[in-house]
Amino acid sequence: MTTTEHTESAVHAGAPLRPASGHSIFAGRQEGIPVVFEKSVKGRRAGKLPALDVPTVDLDEIIPAGERRQELPLPELSELDVVRHFTRLSKRNYSIESEFYPLGSCTMKYNPKIDENVAALPGFRNLHPLQPASTVQGALQVIHDIQRQLAEITGLPGVSTQPVAGAHGELTGILMVRAAHLKQGRMRRKVLIPDSAHGTNPATAAMAGYESITIGHDRITGELDFEDFKSKLDDDCAAIMITLPNTLGLFERRIEEICRLAHEVGCFVYCDGANLNALVGQIRPGDLGVDLLHVNLHKTFAVPHGGGGPGGGAICVAAALEPFLPAPLVVQAPDGSFAYDADRPDSIGRVHSYQGNFNAILRSYAYILQLGKEGLGDLGANAVLNANYMRALLADDFSFYVDRICMHEFVLDGRPFKEFGVRTLDIAKRLIDHGYHPPTIYFPLIAPEAIMIEPTETESKETMDAFANALIAVAHEARTTPSVVQNAPHMTPVGRLDEVRAARQPDLRWQAPVS
Amino acid sequence: MSGFISTTPAQRDAMLSRIGVSTIDQLFEDLPSEHYRPDLDLPAGLSELETWQLLRKLSETNFDLERHPSFLGAGAYRHFVPAAIGHLISRGEFLTSYTPYQPEVSQGTLQAVYEWQSIVCALTGMDISNASVYDAGTGTGEAARMACALTRRRRVLVLDTVNPRYREVLATYASGPDIDVETVSAFTAWPDGTLGRVTDFSSKIDDSVACMIIQQPNFLGWMEQVEGLSEALASVGAILVVIADPVSLGVIRPPGAYGAGIVVGEGKWTGGPVDFGGPLVGMFACRKDFVRQMPGRIVGSTIDGDGRKGYVLTLATREQHIRREKATSNICTAEALIALATTIYFCHLGPVGLREVAEQSIQKAHYLASRISQLPGYTVQSTVPWLYEFPVHCPKPASHVNEALLRAGIIGGYDLGLEDPRLAHSLLLCCTEVTPRSDIDRLVDVLGSL
Repeated sequence: MTTTEHTESAVHAGAPLRPASGHSIFAGRQEGIPVVFEKSVKGRRAGKLPALDVPTVDLDEIIPAGERRQELPLPELSELDVVRHFTRLSKRNYSIESEFYPLGSCTMKYNPKIDENVAALPGFRNLHPLQPASTVQGALQVIHDIQRQLAEITGLPGVSTQPVAGAHGELTGILMVRAAHLKQGRMRRKVLIPDSAHGTNPATAAMAGYESITIGHDRITGELDFEDFKSKLDDDCAAIMITLPNTLGLFERRIEEICRLAHEVGCFVYCDGANLNALVGQIRPGDLGVDLLHVNLHKTFAVPHGGGGPGGGAICVAAALEPFLPAPLVVQAPDGSFAYDADRPDSIGRVHSYQGNFNAILRSYAYILQLGKEGLGDLGANAVLNANYMRALLADDFSFYVDRICMHEFVLDGRPFKEFGVRTLDIAKRLIDHGYHPPTIYFPLIAPEAIMIEPTETESKETMDAFANALIAVAHEARTTPSVVQNAPHMTPVGRLDEVRAARQPDLRWQAPVS
Repeated sequence: MSGFISTTPAQRDAMLSRIGVSTIDQLFEDLPSEHYRPDLDLPAGLSELETWQLLRKLSETNFDLERHPSFLGAGAYRHFVPAAIGHLISRGEFLTSYTPYQPEVSQGTLQAVYEWQSIVCALTGMDISNASVYDAGTGTGEAARMACALTRRRRVLVLDTVNPRYREVLATYASGPDIDVETVSAFTAWPDGTLGRVTDFSSKIDDSVACMIIQQPNFLGWMEQVEGLSEALASVGAILVVIADPVSLGVIRPPGAYGAGIVVGEGKWTGGPVDFGGPLVGMFACRKDFVRQMPGRIVGSTIDGDGRKGYVLTLATREQHIRREKATSNICTAEALIALATTIYFCHLGPVGLREVAEQSIQKAHYLASRISQLPGYTVQSTVPWLYEFPVHCPKPASHVNEALLRAGIIGGYDLGLEDPRLAHSLLLCCTEVTPRSDIDRLVDVLGSL
């Protein structure tokens, strides 16, 4: 199909129909669902415990009167009330299982169902984190194996799965950098961060006690400004945090040179693994000279996002940094059994109460086992193929912040719509009326009015064709009937919400009405 | 094409031609060619059937606690979780949705977070809550950082009766910003095997202190003496940070009632199985006037253009995507699905159900303690009010006792000697509502026979 045909069919479609998913979030304005506390009926309850099977002591003899709780203002509901309430809430959500998420930088791929069954196995779920190692050999083997898999995929041999989110992995990594320099006898003060980086990078550097130094980017290539980097690099730089591919979806072609120059002054290269999906099976960051990288298990290795976690932020490091990994590590003894190694004097210490998000790690482990060597190669290859295909579909109707072959994602420029009074936010909201979650918008910060699209490798050509049609239709609406776009979304349970009011008059919890 | 990719070879060729290239390799020309397409030392992919068989078998090598008596708590507690919770959080609309950045299509998650915040406030007696942090350990680290930012001080006191794992995470979090963490002893180990509680910390509290961190009930299961503590801290401008246990809050007064400024708690155990300790979910609540220094996401209620009520992520000017290096924390994605499970748990139990869970746990643990105290050579070491966990002084090192119990098919308690050499003979034992009397009696029999 040519782009002209796409455009015409989209135009002729006129006002969008209710999307094929039939989802109630596209059925127009709806009544609000009362807060669960408002459903409470005094004296109602769900379930009960068995009768107590031991002799009892008067609770007043156990807990001093002054320490006893008087009121416990939780809702009182039947099980049906609870099930219905939360089922109804779920129906006000967009989700990967019924729709496509083109969210740039978020890698919203399909999460295979077998991984859910594996994660639900009682022999994995009913394990206490402090059980003797001899009673959890299967669980320790999972952790040990995924450490090896991630080491092989990234080319970085030291791995800890303790960090539970990308930002948590970043903090772990930068604290390791700090420990390594302290071990050498001198704390450095600066961390170099490109202006295209995720906000977590400078926030992480600050949490680890560093000053962030911003490096600019080259407006033509979309890559880090190499001269600016060289001028700011000195022996007071602890690390450069670089995202690969960068947040414009472009590979930093001078990465090996960047690593070499950094290493010459003892500066470590931290790679933000948020965009690892493009590289899996194609290239190993460790082979390029990267010293540390976190893996967002929930993105790259398909842990369902859960509306904002749990995920995983495993940290992978070069051999020289292994002594600083969080403790304990899971290791294999010469007899083949698995054990905790807590005797790690240079370790930064513990970053999580136990061994990280084990139940999420299990899903990623099952995913990697199923893909195997060939599947991992197909993963990155198809992520990049899909992004470039989508990019080609949109090329006649949109301009790009940087116009070149991309990796797993690309950034559209929303500025041309300004002359019609339409902003990127409006385009995003109008896409919802067409049945799609908007792409990531206003990120990276260096691209004004950015619209950032990442299809992931699991989406089909048909899905991408349909999404591109919808986005082209919105572009057409922006030019011809901007008011429809400016006031979108029209089809959702609520319209655009007043965020200024939310921040200025914070209402952050339910409170019983004063009688 | 392998794995979960739906593109057929014919479609791939059509897509390449639309892009204007003839091979996928041409899309990767920016990558250094000498490192392109590494030969990964990994096996071929498995079918779904093989994956299932392999992992089911592996899971069966573990000692499943539903099949064995266990008295291990020490921060991770087994509670009964009604079936409705697992079913509800497995709904694809909750399980596979993204962080609710687009509120119009995310009202389900947003309202659920607002309800979580409301429940955390109700339980803890605090003014406001965030959408969750990773766990109680990192929550403790975040609380210390927040207290330092609020007071512009860098000295943090933490009692040695706080869970040692939380203290380890605190030490890691404190290392970056150079926060000085001082551990304060809150118990005494007497030569006769008894333990005493320390309640006077006045010599430690001065105007250099940002906060004091306590756990209620503490790691030994005891109630800390909290009367007057927040006042003593407030008199020098310092903050009381309390690590609370949500189940205990069914029967003991909330930290908000005794002057806590920040409250952290582990919400995992009231929503799902123990999961080998992860994912967890940290509760994080504070006083209203501290909100601008709060880490993490916060959901608020507002209205749309027609006055219709709705929910949004709010107060984002604290966060990394807006403030970058000036953000209160780098945290973004936390543990939304686990927070949802816990929210549903508390709605299901209600006030009566939660009180019952707490009371049954307490009664069973006190029954176990009374049985053990009759065994020659064993001493229950709790001499102050305690709830559902307690240390026992054993006639042999606790590690030996645990090994003997394991040979009898019982997961024993937590060997406190791992934390403190003075406690090498101390076993920390826990009961909850899921511990049957038959398991308790069996434990006592085995202990008596050692």
